Amino acid sequence: MNSCRTASLMGMGVLAIVMALGACGKKDEPRAAGSTSAAVGTGDKCASSGVKLTPATDVKIEGSKTYDKIKGAGKIVVGVKADQPNLGYKDADGKRCGFDIEVAQLVAARIGIDPSKIEYKEIPSTNRETAIKGGEIDYYVGTYSITDKRKNDVGFAGPYFIAGQDLLVRKDESAITGKDTLQGKKVCSATGSTPLQRVREQKLTDDGNISEFKTYSECVSQLLDKKVDAVTTDDAILKGFAAQSPSKLKVIGQPFSQEKYGIGVAKDDTAFRNAVNDVLEAANKDGTWKKIYDGTLGLSGSSATQPPAERY
Amino acid sequence: MSASVLYDEPGPRARVRHRLVGVATLGLIGAFVAFTIYRFTETGQFEPLKWKQFEYEAIQLQLLHGLLATLEAAGTAAVLALIFGGVFASARISDAWIFRAPATFLVELFRAIPLLILIFFGYYVPLQYGWHISNFWALVAGLTVYNGSVLAEIIRAGIAAIPRGQAEAAYALGMQKGQVVRLILLPQAIRAMLPSIIGQLVVLLKDTALGFIITYPELLYVGKQMGSRLAFDLPYVPTYLVVAAIYIGMCAIMSAFANWLAKRGDGKRSPAPTPRR
Amino acid sequence: MLEFFRTLTNNWDIFSRGFLTTLKLFVIGAVGSLTVGTILATMRVSPVPVLRGLGAAYVNIIRNTPLTLVFAFLVFAAPKLGIEIAFEPAAYTALTIYTAAFICETLRSGINTVPVGQGEAARALGMTFGQVLYLIVLPQAFRTVVPPLISMLNAMLKNTTVAAGFSVVEAGAIQAYLSERGENQVVTLFWITFGFLCFVVPLILLQRYLERRWAVVR
Repeated sequence: MNSCRTASLMGMGVLAIVMALGACGKKDEPRAAGSTSAAVGTGDKCASSGVKLTPATDVKIEGSKTYDKIKGAGKIVVGVKADQPNLGYKDADGKRCGFDIEVAQLVAARIGIDPSKIEYKEIPSTNRETAIKGGEIDYYVGTYSITDKRKNDVGFAGPYFIAGQDLLVRKDESAITGKDTLQGKKVCSATGSTPLQRVREQKLTDDGNISEFKTYSECVSQLLDKKVDAVTTDDAILKGFAAQSPSKLKVIGQPFSQEKYGIGVAKDDTAFRNAVNDVLEAANKDGTWKKIYDGTLGLSGSSATQPPAERY
Repeated sequence: MSASVLYDEPGPRARVRHRLVGVATLGLIGAFVAFTIYRFTETGQFEPLKWKQFEYEAIQLQLLHGLLATLEAAGTAAVLALIFGGVFASARISDAWIFRAPATFLVELFRAIPLLILIFFGYYVPLQYGWHISNFWALVAGLTVYNGSVLAEIIRAGIAAIPRGQAEAAYALGMQKGQVVRLILLPQAIRAMLPSIIGQLVVLLKDTALGFIITYPELLYVGKQMGSRLAFDLPYVPTYLVVAAIYIGMCAIMSAFANWLAKRGDGKRSPAPTPRR
Repeated sequence: MLEFFRTLTNNWDIFSRGFLTTLKLFVIGAVGSLTVGTILATMRVSPVPVLRGLGAAYVNIIRNTPLTLVFAFLVFAAPKLGIEIAFEPAAYTALTIYTAAFICETLRSGINTVPVGQGEAARALGMTFGQVLYLIVLPQAFRTVVPPLISMLNAMLKNTTVAAGFSVVEAGAIQAYLSERGENQVVTLFWITFGFLCFVVPLILLQRYLERRWAVVR
């Protein structure tokens, strides 16, 4: 009777909407492609540094389980992030770009795999150790800070970049000028992230004022809604967000930590870790790192040099 | 539905009063809709930029993949949960305590634990011992044991509701317990319980949305990602409206099917409980 | 073995905080959804077609929407419409909106079990719709309805864990906290389960007891 009819009517209505959506999408395909090239206004166009990577031949990594797996499969599964502009981002066209993405491609090419053969997996901060330990991904490049605690679970190649924890606030914010002005303010960061742990350890604000979400972009949304007063994580990440919405957001610019970004690999695979370190060192010498940096993260305004790899 | 417990067929004055209340309610609904539209315009929800991402093929594909991921998890879990439910319901009505006791314990336990915690168990516990389970299987495992336990309860209740004569007649024909359950009781119970079973499968479908917490890329997870695109001015409202429409559509079709089955069953049963075929 | 208990005692702060929030969500959500559910049920059995339609539309839409989506809408989309709501109130609201639809249906099916003669007799005495419903029918429906209502509330109690994904530190969020502190995940999850059982089992027992005690009524 009543409820049944309502339900099926609603069902049909929704189906119609879905179909209409699908249909309109198809029709607009060429136009969508056109609007992308003109999408500069929306700022959602992926820019690459333009560094050409040709896969190396005659690569041999002895005694590496990861490498054997990669060779066997003929492809690489790389864990990345997709919501961090200029670092690890996927634009509306489905194109991936950013510093981390290109570092991942660099590593792939130098160990003999065509970067186009990379299968990207979006792994949020909380799940990184899990994904590496479980072999779900071959390596992880996504603002992954090297810490002693994480070294219990995974191995780190690199660092390939040094960032620092900073604060992202609304453009009109004047009360927050650095980490010591956070008392009583609402702070947001990603669940299980190092920045969040630091806020807790240093008691920068009350535990009750801390909000956690799975991704930083969700925190940014809460910041713009004024439900939190600051988003805290590495300046590299925050600058990317500020660059996407410069009229509403700003980065404080008082970093209060040193985050060494490493490439997460399986803990016991020392051979693979060394190989990745070799790749990073070579890219430093031949200037590839610099080119990649300038064409991606460097666009947010600051310059940087590559840190030496820490072999352990 | 003239014979209601609560009111008689309205007379002329009552009809006028009802119409007045009706008009007032319509007015309130209208005011609510107008207010919603006003809020939408005021906050710029109708601006093309917020809807623009639906034009991109990659985004449409992403949405489609999310939908498929949802259906894949729901489909797999539904099949496994039905098997789980059937097995555990049979074990629960077994004469041997060695089957009955553990089955009862597990069914009661799984129903008492929040699904989210069961999914966490599926995801984190194997890791502790060095094996890896993908988030798909962790989600499916959680959905299976939880909904399977609920289904086991539904099926058991269905079997309990079958007139005792059915089983007695079967025993009189010399059937064994296993045969009685498999050939006589289960088919009838499942038929009678089909609407409840489908109702539970709707719940299962909706619960796949919990996959976001272990970052299984289902529909809602995709929706969140789309909504958080700064470049399109955080289009959460349009995205969630579309995602909600898809969920409601899928579930409504299933619910309507369950309702239809329920009605069909009732209609046939009401004259006399004649066995079909 | 000692380690096993240490996980609980060393992190007692977060366990107690988490489960207290869960309890708070449960109590407020229960009061809210019972209230809204009763109003909705009243609408669905009222003699005014528009009210019935509105009630049916609400129930059908909400029952077919994942709770997670209700949460996500309140936390991410509502502020974009200028509706400010903090994280914890958002959790109460989401639980209420969602559970009310199920409570409404339970009440409605209970109302249908009351013999028609009861209402007729009441109306013969000149009672209005509201009086018939609240003085005669609902009190009688109560007995059949309470056990399934308890099981609805039990489901809601378990559903509070969804809030963990939306920045509310309740029992479901404990796991993330403790993994940050480097605790054993299996042990952590065991204690969370144990905590839930402490809440859920009494509710189930109450439900069974009432079911058995009131089963013979009709």
